[in-house]
Amino acid sequence: MAHAILLHEPDDDVGVAVRDLRKGESVGAVTLEGKFVADVKLTDDVPLGHKVAMKDLAQAKDVVEYGRVIGVAFQAAMRGAHVHTHNLKTKRWK
Amino acid sequence: MMYKPQDLKLTGYRRPDGRFGARNYVLIIPVDDLSNAAAEGVAHNIRGTMALPHPYGRLQFGEDLDLTFRTLAGQGRNPNCAAAIVIGIEPNWTDRIVKEIARTGKPVAGFAIERNGDHKTIEAASRKAKEFVHYATDLAREPFTVKQLTMSCKCGESDTTSGLASNPTVGRTFERLADAGATLIFGETTEVTGGEDLIMQLCATKQIADQFKAAFDDYQHLIESQGVSLLGSQPTEGNIRGGLTTIEEKALGNIQKAGRCQIIDFLKPAEEPRKPGLSFMDSSSAAAEMVTLCAAAGSVVHYFTTGQGNVIGNPVIPVIKLSANPLTVATMSEHIDVDLTAMLRIEMNLDQAADAALQMLERTINGRLTSAEVLRHNEFVLTKLYRSA
Repeated sequence: MAHAILLHEPDDDVGVAVRDLRKGESVGAVTLEGKFVADVKLTDDVPLGHKVAMKDLAQAKDVVEYGRVIGVAFQAAMRGAHVHTHNLKTKRWK
Repeated sequence: MMYKPQDLKLTGYRRPDGRFGARNYVLIIPVDDLSNAAAEGVAHNIRGTMALPHPYGRLQFGEDLDLTFRTLAGQGRNPNCAAAIVIGIEPNWTDRIVKEIARTGKPVAGFAIERNGDHKTIEAASRKAKEFVHYATDLAREPFTVKQLTMSCKCGESDTTSGLASNPTVGRTFERLADAGATLIFGETTEVTGGEDLIMQLCATKQIADQFKAAFDDYQHLIESQGVSLLGSQPTEGNIRGGLTTIEEKALGNIQKAGRCQIIDFLKPAEEPRKPGLSFMDSSSAAAEMVTLCAAAGSVVHYFTTGQGNVIGNPVIPVIKLSANPLTVATMSEHIDVDLTAMLRIEMNLDQAADAALQMLERTINGRLTSAEVLRHNEFVLTKLYRSA
């Protein structure tokens, strides 16, 4: 398996780790059709199924997955960082 | 090759109302909590029967009572049920459920415990149940077409692999089944929060979209009226462990199960579909509640996608589990019927995954027991709308 990150849409802010990823690794991100999008260097450990920032996400920025906003970054997350409940929250429920 | 639903060789039990069942149960249905003991007594005595014990059915009222009646009668009306025994504490409510089941033309009989006691009730109901088992076991499977199939889907303990792989697989399968004229049910009203506009876009008419939105808003208002939010419940702890962060993200994954199907009708909880195609049923996202409502609505088989490994089953309808999470498939293999982990490796595309799902659907309808059936996962859970009197 050449890739380690899957993207719903090529321009999404986050991708999904399809295996446990280690800080410092460089891994490929591809779309579901197998189209190469980018290599990313991990700045955190990211478990299988968790999200990786594909871009630098500034604090208060909307975060896009599936080509749609899935929440807002309440902490900045740099490219290669683990994106989850510690830096991303819903815009729907307070 | 691509599996076409119209080429599936399906066999089932033809019921007097023309619908086909994938299973052939004689059900013993208690009207209320008090009648569980008698119902289980009959099921213990008579091979080939199954009791559906539950904790409700007393002092409910209004819409909540209607839903309980519809759900209980719906199990007996379900094409997977050949014949039904209904047992209640008193005759009037018992008879209401008997009458609803009788409208399908299948054998049904009611028994009331007051002025008889459990012993006499169990004896009389056991004699009738024995007759029903002989009737049911004389029936043979007959071929039927996908146009005569009613089925449902739901996801549970979802994670990001659900949105990437297993839910789109059900979506692609449902697109093919809808094109072939099958009757399909999905729902989970609050869990589409963040994607409710996408559900409305799938609705075939403005009226259906408005009905959906009214049910959606009604639930949002209920949450607000309690002075709470669903933070901490939605996404669930299991979802979060699997990498899902927000309800919006969970919703976008959930909605993949509808594929590009049009939503052709809106159903109340436990309401039987009126026409072929994909209907949205107002329902909870709690797995056992939702699948029980699908069974009540006449679904005969269910696709259940899971990420982290929900183990749910249902007594009346076979639940087919699909998962693309390699950790779940490795550590909980006894629960998984369709392994979709190759999708994450991009070694299986969506059409190949849909083929695998359709093959397992065919085998399950024709009699292969699902993992949940073999493991006796018989979660039968009524949806309660509000407090009893």
